[in-house]
Amino acid sequence: MIALLMRDLKLAFRAGGGFGLGLAFFLIVTIMVPFSVGPQSDLLSKIAPGVLWLGALLACLLSLDRLLALDWEDGSLDLLATAPLPLESTVTIKSLAHWLTTGLPLVLAAPVLGVLLNLPAAGYLWLVVSLVLGTPALSVIGTFGAALTVGLKRGGLLLSLLVLPLYVPTLIFGAEVARRGAIGMETQTPLMMLAGITAASIALLPFASAAVLRVNLR
Amino acid sequence: MSFWEYANPKKFLATTERFMPFLWITSGACLAVGLIWGFFFTPDDYRQGSTVKIIYLHVPAALMAINCWFMMLITSLVWLVRRHHVSALAARAAAPIGAVMTVIALVTGAIWGQPMWGTWWEWDPRLTSFLILFLFYLGYMALWEAIDNPDTAADLTSVLCLVGSVFAILSRYAVNFWNQGLHQGASVMRAGAVTGTDTTEKVSNVFFFPLMVCIAGFILLFIALVFYRTGTEIRARRTQALLARERVGA
Repeated sequence: MIALLMRDLKLAFRAGGGFGLGLAFFLIVTIMVPFSVGPQSDLLSKIAPGVLWLGALLACLLSLDRLLALDWEDGSLDLLATAPLPLESTVTIKSLAHWLTTGLPLVLAAPVLGVLLNLPAAGYLWLVVSLVLGTPALSVIGTFGAALTVGLKRGGLLLSLLVLPLYVPTLIFGAEVARRGAIGMETQTPLMMLAGITAASIALLPFASAAVLRVNLR
Repeated sequence: MSFWEYANPKKFLATTERFMPFLWITSGACLAVGLIWGFFFTPDDYRQGSTVKIIYLHVPAALMAINCWFMMLITSLVWLVRRHHVSALAARAAAPIGAVMTVIALVTGAIWGQPMWGTWWEWDPRLTSFLILFLFYLGYMALWEAIDNPDTAADLTSVLCLVGSVFAILSRYAVNFWNQGLHQGASVMRAGAVTGTDTTEKVSNVFFFPLMVCIAGFILLFIALVFYRTGTEIRARRTQALLARERVGA
């Protein structure tokens, strides 16, 4: 399992792996927002938590089609499926690798981008907390979507159509935590819901992803 | 005689075709009676005026939009567990109907909301969750269309339907979180509303009976459409099989 994780991480970090692409996209989206809504700082600070969450979500989405497609193309996915490691674990490791290479950098970059959007001082902690709790769910759900569309020629657009509705609850609760944190309201209820969604997704969705992957590898 | 006999496509086609004329006629009659009764022979509401009459389209369509997804969930489960092709095809046949019902509910709601709430659209929990449901229907249909192998497509869409159901319900309660919204609560089937023991706000009997007729009409129409479209899917599958056999033979 650790060997697989290291392999995925190495592939992502080395040239052509696309590491940092999601991060650059996040940066671009966030910079584009003031251009589209205007530079008034009070408006920006009001929408900052939601914009940062949406940017992180889209950056996550962008990297999903590479998650399984490369392994599918060169046949290593077939080898992984016949390996003694159960496919459920393989899928979980894949999600973990995706989170480490995409989700974690986004979490670390979000406060910096928060400065650009004039995020209130109280919001930084809650933004990071909500992203730390929420992005694993985005990776796990995204892995399910990637497993669904792995065999398709033009799966990219379909992947977004399938995955975005599944992201709705995570986005609502995650952005709500960040928003409430920024204006100093209590954040416990949405935070618990967010944690619940993430925990349940991590516990249950790998089984669905593995089942779907088995169908696709048939 | 077991229920599973109808998993045989031939048996399914023969039985449904016997019921089809009955279903078309009763659903047509129910809709005609319900809509005409509702539109022309019920009084205007004292607060909403004649706009109240859109209830005869809005409520049944919304009801069927949700129940259609439940039907797809059940047939998907049957496909995953017992692998009856008719079941998978019925789920595929039902999806566009459910999507259309969702659109009808959203559009009639918007038309009613414009004079009543003063807005075509509001990010109210019920409205939002219907929009999300519509997105789920779109994704489900797109996945069916994208995959060539019918068995793979049936498997994948079934799992998507199961996972999607959980997330659709989650979204339903997640959007509740913002506020209670403009949309009124359930006022048609509340316990005690029909017998008159419940004194809170409810739909009056004058509107209630034609509404029930309309709902019955929509349910029958839905069953008829699902049977019809499933029959079409079965025949399309057969045609493909025949064509494939011809190609192999040639």
